[in-house]
Amino acid sequence: MTTLTKPTDDLPPAARGSLGSVSAARKLKDRLVQILVYIAFALAVVPLVSVLWTVLTNGLGRLDATFLQFSMNGVGGRDEGGGAYHAILGTLEQVAITSVIAVPIAVLTAVYLVEYGGNGRLARAVSFFVDVMTGIPSIVAGLFVLALWLLTFGFTYSGFAGSLALTILMIPTVVRATEEMLKLVPNDLREASYALGVPRWRTVCFVVLPTALTGIITGVMLAVARVMGETAPLLLTIFFTKAINANPFEGPQAALPTFIWEQAGDPNQASIDRAWTGALVLILLIMLFNLGARLVARFFRPVSR
Amino acid sequence: MTTDTGVKSAAAVQSPVRGAAMSTGRAGDKIFVSAARGSGILVLAIMAAIAVFLIWRAIPALQKNEANFLTSEQWDPNGTPARFGIAQLAFGTVVSSLLALLMATPVAIGIALFISYYAPRSVAGPLGYLVDLLAAVPSIVYGLWGLLVLAPHMEGVSSFLNSALGWIPLFGGDNPGKNSIFTASVVLAIMILPIISSISREVFLQVPRAHVEAALALGATRWEMIRLAVLPYGRSGMIGASMLGLGRAMGETIAVAMVLTFVPGINWHILEDGGTTFAANIANSFAEATETGRGALIASGLVLFVITLIVNMAARAVVARRKEFV
Repeated sequence: MTTLTKPTDDLPPAARGSLGSVSAARKLKDRLVQILVYIAFALAVVPLVSVLWTVLTNGLGRLDATFLQFSMNGVGGRDEGGGAYHAILGTLEQVAITSVIAVPIAVLTAVYLVEYGGNGRLARAVSFFVDVMTGIPSIVAGLFVLALWLLTFGFTYSGFAGSLALTILMIPTVVRATEEMLKLVPNDLREASYALGVPRWRTVCFVVLPTALTGIITGVMLAVARVMGETAPLLLTIFFTKAINANPFEGPQAALPTFIWEQAGDPNQASIDRAWTGALVLILLIMLFNLGARLVARFFRPVSR
Repeated sequence: MTTDTGVKSAAAVQSPVRGAAMSTGRAGDKIFVSAARGSGILVLAIMAAIAVFLIWRAIPALQKNEANFLTSEQWDPNGTPARFGIAQLAFGTVVSSLLALLMATPVAIGIALFISYYAPRSVAGPLGYLVDLLAAVPSIVYGLWGLLVLAPHMEGVSSFLNSALGWIPLFGGDNPGKNSIFTASVVLAIMILPIISSISREVFLQVPRAHVEAALALGATRWEMIRLAVLPYGRSGMIGASMLGLGRAMGETIAVAMVLTFVPGINWHILEDGGTTFAANIANSFAEATETGRGALIASGLVLFVITLIVNMAARAVVARRKEFV
């Protein structure tokens, strides 16, 4: 035991010193880095707290029934009152349409990548471009819909055009989330199904997808929360309106992000207040979806995992 | 049959009962496969269509352009004759996003190290979620915050930097302001923090446990362990992560558009008001654009698309190369 506790006895004095304790300089450097790393984390928390705090304190003032029930129709920049009903309605409609278009395409693409594509050339190309698609600037998605839908096909500004732009931003995130979930489905399940003589498409639809469903729903909700806050593509596709337009297929529609953009562009304090409240409502909506995604992930987790 | 994926083995299982399968789902199989493959092809088609339609819609405006599209600092596509060039936009985009990258990368890597090696295990998860919350805040809110909260604070910072480091041309200039490229890049830095730190964190998690323990067993302090085992292993991952952040910063629109005040021309003094980027210029001048103006904006968007495409592809390639060497 003594040899184990004092292994440095046979070594020359210099080596004994370096094994015995950490030198002051090394200790100092270690401490310094530790402090720097803590500071780095604090640097990230400061803006987060500041953003949330200012949005909360500035936004609460106008978060009243009027704000949620009325539009900006006939309300000038200097006037008190006015609301974002038209914008909230627009955002919800656009996001709903976006999900209806994007989710089937994205889930089917993920099914192709995981279940059918294997390592083929097409699957690799699709996988690569899905990655590239996540990096498309949102404004470019807006410009594309502008160039295709509005300028080439001659449609007018509408909520639907905005949904098309958001679809391009939503597809890659849902594909990636679904892909991860499908990869987690155990192969035993697929093989058991095949062994019972179930055709492949029924196996995918009734065995694989249901098993991965909660994960897919979580991914979709997170993606919805992400596209909900996109402003840039909407500026080019839904344009602006102060009135309620419940029809997403015709005429300019409002959305919460564009509402904030419009109000913040006005120098009057009443408008700035409305912008803050709009930001608060938008953040609350996004948090709601984020929270919903987490709850779905937690409570509807498959039992076997 | 080298890769043992579920798909291949499933096909092998299915072959003996092919006769039975014919009656139960042949047609369904065909329809389903083509739907799945069609969706995949649709994704490729969308990417191709983006390029094609942007080019197609940009050409008429480019033909009417009387200035050099690449080198002119002017942006007047609505006038007759239309004169516009992207020099100023490219300058603002590149400078603001590079600055943002310079500020964000060290901090983001620090955060990733903090969460994976310094924070107590029990709180590491929630703290990571906290950083990810930064990504959940929409860019319009960052814009509003940057314009009304951050910018007034930046006035003091700018004039301090100007008086202390004014001899560097970048920080020079006579009247440092708050709606400058510098302020915009601070906002951008905050916005790209989460993506860089979350990807770096993922890479750090993959560092083999044995490397870490070997370093510690040799008597390394925690920092020495990170320097010897973690950073070399994660290098390409961190490079890839910061390039993805760069791509994000270049394409960011609304926050930049709200923070900057437009002053025409390239100004190397980044502390002074002014400057604009591809994306911010599109958002700001779209509402008043004529037909040629829209074409010009689409042309500038095309340039942005190509630049971000190159940056993203390079980033993905760097990150993917890491995977092969694991």
